[in-house]
Amino acid sequence: MRDFYFHAPTSLPEALTLLDEHKDDGRPFAGGTALVVLMKQSLVDADHMISLARVPGLTGIRKEADGLHIGGLTRHRDIETSADAKSVVPFLSEVYSHVATVRIRNVATVGGGIAHADPSQDPPPALIVLGAQVKLQSKNGERVVSLSDGFFQDYYETSIEPGELITEVIVPNQPAGARTAYLKFLPRTADDYATVAVAAMATSEGGVVKTLKVALGAAGPTPIHATAVEQALVGKQATPQAIRDAADAVAALVDPLDDFRGSSEYKRDMAVVFTRRALERVLL
Amino acid sequence: MNDASQPHQIHLTVNGKGYDVSAPTRRTLVDLLRYDLGLTGTKEACSVGVCGACTISMNGSIVASCITLAVQADGADITTIEGIGTPDNLHPIQQAFIDCGGFQCGICTPGQIVATKALLDENPKPTEDEIKEWLMGNLCRCTGYYQIIDSVKKASGQPVAPTPGAV
Repeated sequence: MRDFYFHAPTSLPEALTLLDEHKDDGRPFAGGTALVVLMKQSLVDADHMISLARVPGLTGIRKEADGLHIGGLTRHRDIETSADAKSVVPFLSEVYSHVATVRIRNVATVGGGIAHADPSQDPPPALIVLGAQVKLQSKNGERVVSLSDGFFQDYYETSIEPGELITEVIVPNQPAGARTAYLKFLPRTADDYATVAVAAMATSEGGVVKTLKVALGAAGPTPIHATAVEQALVGKQATPQAIRDAADAVAALVDPLDDFRGSSEYKRDMAVVFTRRALERVLL
Repeated sequence: MNDASQPHQIHLTVNGKGYDVSAPTRRTLVDLLRYDLGLTGTKEACSVGVCGACTISMNGSIVASCITLAVQADGADITTIEGIGTPDNLHPIQQAFIDCGGFQCGICTPGQIVATKALLDENPKPTEDEIKEWLMGNLCRCTGYYQIIDSVKKASGQPVAPTPGAV
């Protein structure tokens, strides 16, 4: 790691001004659990690290009518253990509990994790399934964007513009009666990244699928929102055969990497298997 | 603006004692503890936050000090293994690791003990599954995990079946 300027702004306007000044040579610095590793490997080489640790107002979980409003700097562990999160969006607490180890969850932030955009992370598929949005603030204003529609663009790439910061994550209330499943295929160790992962949420009535959301992690350059699977089942009777046929559709949606967790071909097969199991869990 | 290589002034409390340290921004917290403060109980192994050897407690939460920058600890209250017990006055967790054979080479042990203390502070009577879940990020490559789990059970006042091979 080489030297860099470490800024510790104490207000949001000050942080946003620094981010604006250092659009080309700066990075927001939250928990650092991903960033410090990338800096050690010289994969991130910014001259200016703009720490958010002393910026007030960026942490905390608020229950509002439209769902949970989670400060961008809120730690993974706080979502895992928050009584409010567990009561309104229990699926979110469950999925954050799967991230790495407690040591990492004690430090890694919600906004930092989303901005990091590693496609193998646990939360993004669940956030997509839940219909989450992020609030991006910059010196010039703010916008709210969905995580489903093109936010994740490529490995470690998002549509966040230089100078913008995730200040809030908005997660709609989990629909009443919704069934959820997060299946993380871990053939190596419990604290590993997923070999493939599937998040699913559904409501059904009399065996007919009313709503269905499915997204995959670790199966391509970004988290994958499997709309083809959803469309194949919504409005239909959820039979084992219909589920099997719908799950087969993910084979064409995924584009996994060959690595030590398995070949691309193997992961493609496992994406189908785990999608089927997740669908069975939420629909049968 | 000053040069990026200018050291930062960092004030932190470690094991109840205040320190003022001058360190470059690239200094990790584990290096600051070991080389600037001479507290070599905390070990560094994987250097990427995976193995747990460098586990310390910072402001009440366990963290990986190898992927924490020293500048992040400015103003922090830190507990390392040196703050948990002394050779003459072992912490009950340390005694339990001795009684149950919870270590051999000892490199992972400071991290295991710091992590165990954080677990028991939050959950005084953890189940075996809770112990495994909490300590899964503290890797041991010689003792084997059964004796470590026994050590945590013993430290939390729970019955431990005799383990073959334990000292």
